Amino acid sequence: MSTDAMAVDSLELKPGVAGFVDDWGSDQRAFKGVPWGKAMMWIFLVSDTFIFGCFLASYMTVRMSTLEPWPVPSEVFALSFGGAPIPLILIAIMTFVLITSSGTMALAVNYGYRKNKWVTFWLLFATAVLGATFVGMQMFEWSKLISEGIRPWENPFGARQFGSVFFMVTGFHGVHVSVGVLFLFLTSRKVFRGDYDTGRRGFFTWQKGRYEIIETLGLYWHFVDLVWVFIFAFFYLW
Amino acid sequence: MAQEGQEGQEHPISTYLWVWLLLFVLSACSYYVDYAGFQGFTRWFLILMFMVLKAGLIIAVFMHMVWERMALVYFILVPPILLLTFVAIGSLEADWTFFQRGVHFLKELIIAAPVSPHH
Repeated sequence: MSTDAMAVDSLELKPGVAGFVDDWGSDQRAFKGVPWGKAMMWIFLVSDTFIFGCFLASYMTVRMSTLEPWPVPSEVFALSFGGAPIPLILIAIMTFVLITSSGTMALAVNYGYRKNKWVTFWLLFATAVLGATFVGMQMFEWSKLISEGIRPWENPFGARQFGSVFFMVTGFHGVHVSVGVLFLFLTSRKVFRGDYDTGRRGFFTWQKGRYEIIETLGLYWHFVDLVWVFIFAFFYLW
Repeated sequence: MAQEGQEGQEHPISTYLWVWLLLFVLSACSYYVDYAGFQGFTRWFLILMFMVLKAGLIIAVFMHMVWERMALVYFILVPPILLLTFVAIGSLEADWTFFQRGVHFLKELIIAAPVSPHH
């Protein structure tokens, strides 16, 4: 029995379309070579794609259907450092901060697979700090807009829908970043303590700690960056 | 392509550094679209192009999509295509609402004008 199972296990996985059909038609497990946690994270991210997709689609709908002029984002989000206001500068800096954090995250995943504990720890920690910086800048942006009289139901610059879309979409994204920062700090603490070297069990799932977990967390973090790419293009630049 | 028995994703650091650099350049480009004040077709074409390139790089390399098996790739990429249906429905709805609002406000103007007693 066990030799039969091993024979099945060691069957060569086919590449391409033949492999696609075989994987989906096989017993027990469609996603070959993917840890279950990673498959579950992907399922969550696909559903999250629908949430953000619906937000952006409804943003399009309200923006297209309003008779009032839409406020010009590059003026609303301009910021001056003593001189003339620079259009959209804070948003640009936030974009660079988030991309930097995506880079450190990608490297953290890589060094995690190499089981390089300290480099992984510092990269994860840097990612968390950059994420927290992003949330801080977003708080600054929100309070600036609120002080200028922008509310979810009205604003002095034009169409009222501008405020509702702004707070809804950036708020939901900000919550995602904040949750990500929390998990980045928790995971970097686990790396620091050596949980993924000793296989110490997690306090919640009771699964053994493995460096593969960092890739799953990385998927979430890159997704948050990905959503920002779309928000930046459709809301701030359009 | 995940090898049999191997569940990790190990790729050279240089790949990530190049993609990182490209993402920076593309972000700078999309910011420049606003800074330079391009308008109309040029503006939305450039915005969409830089957006798609950035999203593609993040998904393909940072999220390791190019190295995954087709069974997982299609599971992730096909369902979001449905969102395009929502976008199509939303834009039809928006055009109709826009038209109705226009007609409504126009009617109000026409009705309001002759009724005024002070003329």
